[in-house]
Amino acid sequence: MPTSHELANLPLLPRDDDGPVFSEPWHAQAFAVVVELIEAGNLTTEAWAEYLGAALKEAEDRGEYDTGQRYYHHWLTALERLVVENNLAAREDLSKEGEFIRDNDHHRRQHQLDGGH
Amino acid sequence: MADDKVSRRDFITKSSIAASTAVTATGSAGVHAAEEHVQSDYAVRTKALVSVLTKKNLINPATMDAVVDYYENKVGPHIGARVVARSWRDPDYRQRLLADARAVAREDNLTGAQGTDLVAVENTPKVHNLVVCTLCSCYPWPLLGLPPSWYKDTAYRAQAVIDPRGVLRKFGLELGDDVEVRVWDSTAEIRYLVIPERPAGTEGMSEAELASLVTRDSMIGAEKLESRG
Repeated sequence: MPTSHELANLPLLPRDDDGPVFSEPWHAQAFAVVVELIEAGNLTTEAWAEYLGAALKEAEDRGEYDTGQRYYHHWLTALERLVVENNLAAREDLSKEGEFIRDNDHHRRQHQLDGGH
Repeated sequence: MADDKVSRRDFITKSSIAASTAVTATGSAGVHAAEEHVQSDYAVRTKALVSVLTKKNLINPATMDAVVDYYENKVGPHIGARVVARSWRDPDYRQRLLADARAVAREDNLTGAQGTDLVAVENTPKVHNLVVCTLCSCYPWPLLGLPPSWYKDTAYRAQAVIDPRGVLRKFGLELGDDVEVRVWDSTAEIRYLVIPERPAGTEGMSEAELASLVTRDSMIGAEKLESRG
């Protein structure tokens, strides 16, 4: 990166500190889903750019500043929309699965708190 | 020639686009805490997506891990750096690269999964090229790995087009008035690789030595490589 990285000093600009490319594991996962869909021929790069571009544009129109942190939020929103609108998965299935995962998380945590066995 | 391949539509000048950004102040501790909570919700949504798509055999978690590993470890700016270093030493290769970078990348097996076009643009003492994706974050992944966070930032995506000299100045790069700045808008169809100027004092260096001097940002046009010695 540029040695004198003054862009990083602008208000609300995320710093590029050459840290991990994905700051959260789910960023990498969400990224990999798109790569997988493209490689398997279930998604074109053009379609993806359209969906992602639209999600970012909406966020900007709402006045939501898009920092690097927020970026994968919009990525995920675009991905869910794409999957549902192209009948790769039903919105309902995604919600149900989400609830299931949340419940499991909750139970597991409760289990650990109880001393777990 | 590259000029034939690239339509004027892709060549953006300062005046052609007036992108706007709304910068609002956030960042209190409260907002930060809320953000963390929301993030875990995003993680759940991602897991749900992976799970449902896996059940439908649309994706494979095993190869997904390979994808993550690949982009985190195996693909990176060092690939593009090799291409640049070779272009400095081999005039024929440079000509072929400038004429049809996609074909050269394909020959060298550097295209990855992307079936997109690739265009190489060269920086000279009189021309400086800068790459941006105004729509999202289109980027030559197979050559440069994943884009840096600033590349994805709203401010960069807007300002690089409106005021490229100002952006470059903030990167610590002051260009003379006699240098023409060209901004290229990367798209799903066409990605760009900037061939930075070979730094002075590198005569006689091997390709590997030269490649070690080439930075990721210099191949986006956000940096000029410094003279050696």
